[in-house]
Amino acid sequence: MPQDRPLPEPTPVSAPFWDGLREHIIRIQYSPSSGQYVFYPRLLAPGTLADDLEWREIDGAGTLYTFTVAERATAPFFADVVPQLLAVVQWDIGPRFSTELVEVDPADIRVGMRVRPVFCDYPDAGVTLLRYAPAQR
Amino acid sequence: MTTGLAGDAAIIGYVELPPQRRPERPPRFVLEQWAALAGSAVSDAGIPADRINGLVTTAVAETKLFAPATLAEYLGLAVNFGEYVDLGGATAAGMIWRAAAAIELGLCDAVLAVLPGSRNVPQSGARPPAEADYFGASSNRFGSPQAEFEIPYGNLGQNAPYAQIARRYAAEFGYDPRATAKIAADQRTNACATPDAVFHGTPLTVDDVLASPMVADPLRLLEIVMPCHGGAGVVIGNRELAARSRHRPVWIKGFGERIAYKTPTYAHDLLRTPIAPAADSAFSMAGVQRSDVDVCSIYDCYTITVLMSLEDSGFCARGSGMQFVRAHDLTYRGDFPVNTAGGQLSFGQAGIAGGMHHVCDAVRQLTKRAGAAQVADCNTAFVTGNGGIMSEQVALVLQGD
Repeated sequence: MPQDRPLPEPTPVSAPFWDGLREHIIRIQYSPSSGQYVFYPRLLAPGTLADDLEWREIDGAGTLYTFTVAERATAPFFADVVPQLLAVVQWDIGPRFSTELVEVDPADIRVGMRVRPVFCDYPDAGVTLLRYAPAQR
Repeated sequence: MTTGLAGDAAIIGYVELPPQRRPERPPRFVLEQWAALAGSAVSDAGIPADRINGLVTTAVAETKLFAPATLAEYLGLAVNFGEYVDLGGATAAGMIWRAAAAIELGLCDAVLAVLPGSRNVPQSGARPPAEADYFGASSNRFGSPQAEFEIPYGNLGQNAPYAQIARRYAAEFGYDPRATAKIAADQRTNACATPDAVFHGTPLTVDDVLASPMVADPLRLLEIVMPCHGGAGVVIGNRELAARSRHRPVWIKGFGERIAYKTPTYAHDLLRTPIAPAADSAFSMAGVQRSDVDVCSIYDCYTITVLMSLEDSGFCARGSGMQFVRAHDLTYRGDFPVNTAGGQLSFGQAGIAGGMHHVCDAVRQLTKRAGAAQVADCNTAFVTGNGGIMSEQVALVLQGD
């Protein structure tokens, strides 16, 4: 992987999410007043602007909402990982999540397929990315 | 009781430079491009420049802040209305209704709305060149949600997210690659009747489109807009100036605008695009039916954008766009003319000026200046602007007298 592949830098608000991934736990925000899970992390709940966001652990199970197989790198940093399997996962508990698919043949990818989380550690950067693979049948 | 525009402001002059793949015109700063385009648009209108008392712009590369004041000073035109619009490909259409609103409020007699579109600017001998930006419409700045939650996975730029929209469309409604390819081929026919188009003289078939390389499944190279150098602008005037102008006034009768999200991941429903409420607003404000429209100029960064915009603007039912495209001839001589100069796909996308192409396309048709691509008896045009990843859209209804 090229050294300059951009990796996330946690912010004061988002740090609990990234801390969770490092422990291989998916922890996202929840707004009790609207009963909604929230992603990505925010200061206030989107839509209601309620100041009641709290962190909850989720299992990360979901379905594939959409994807593309990018034959041309979306930026030079990704030239060595073409084709890129760029995906949006619909979590069972609500929000959607941008990710990449792994452990799958591009020809077998289907919108609506069940997917499971895969934790990908980058120890040098102290960060873990959350990718997705087809759920076991 | 109606709300919105009365239809008392008109586009009275325009300019659109022929797009060039490699710049042959001399390098000019954005400020200079703005002035040159403004001068041409004012000449086309045939009004004195000193009647301009409003301007609408987007970012001007030479100044980080204060773009309207910088332009007012450079042009020597003090204004009552200095607006800055930041809607990506919807910027042009967003400029038009803001200018019309300023005129109808009595703030201005005439407003310039100009979008320079060439990256060919003079290079400093003393300062290092700007760093390459690989992130396109995505922001990689610290604290940007995209920098943190999209870009690390490679989900950035435009091709991949548009492809994700097309993939979702395919899953819900089905997908006919020959239908989306036909959009590109029909528009190329229009470009071949438009001498200023960058692909004039280069016909294209559905099979050619399908034979082009896959970029991001299901989008192929010839369904994706190609960047060019160019620029475009218009003058919007009040009734008095419209009566004095050289060409048929193009009245701004209705508009709608909707800004829904930035990244498609977070769209409430990826297949209900913001053009739907924008188009409803534009038609109802104008008191015009879809069936009254003589030409459509639909923002066409990708073929899927045209298809979904036609559906969500109400010209056919959601999910029936592929069938609609197969059933209609979208060329200037067809039964449902779309992007009669070739659209951005075949006329050329001069950066952010690409959005203004659709306004200029409508102006050429409504002022009977479309040459060989002229649609007979053309009085009503529908124009869309589309910014980001179908995340912010603007609709306009324009009419001749």
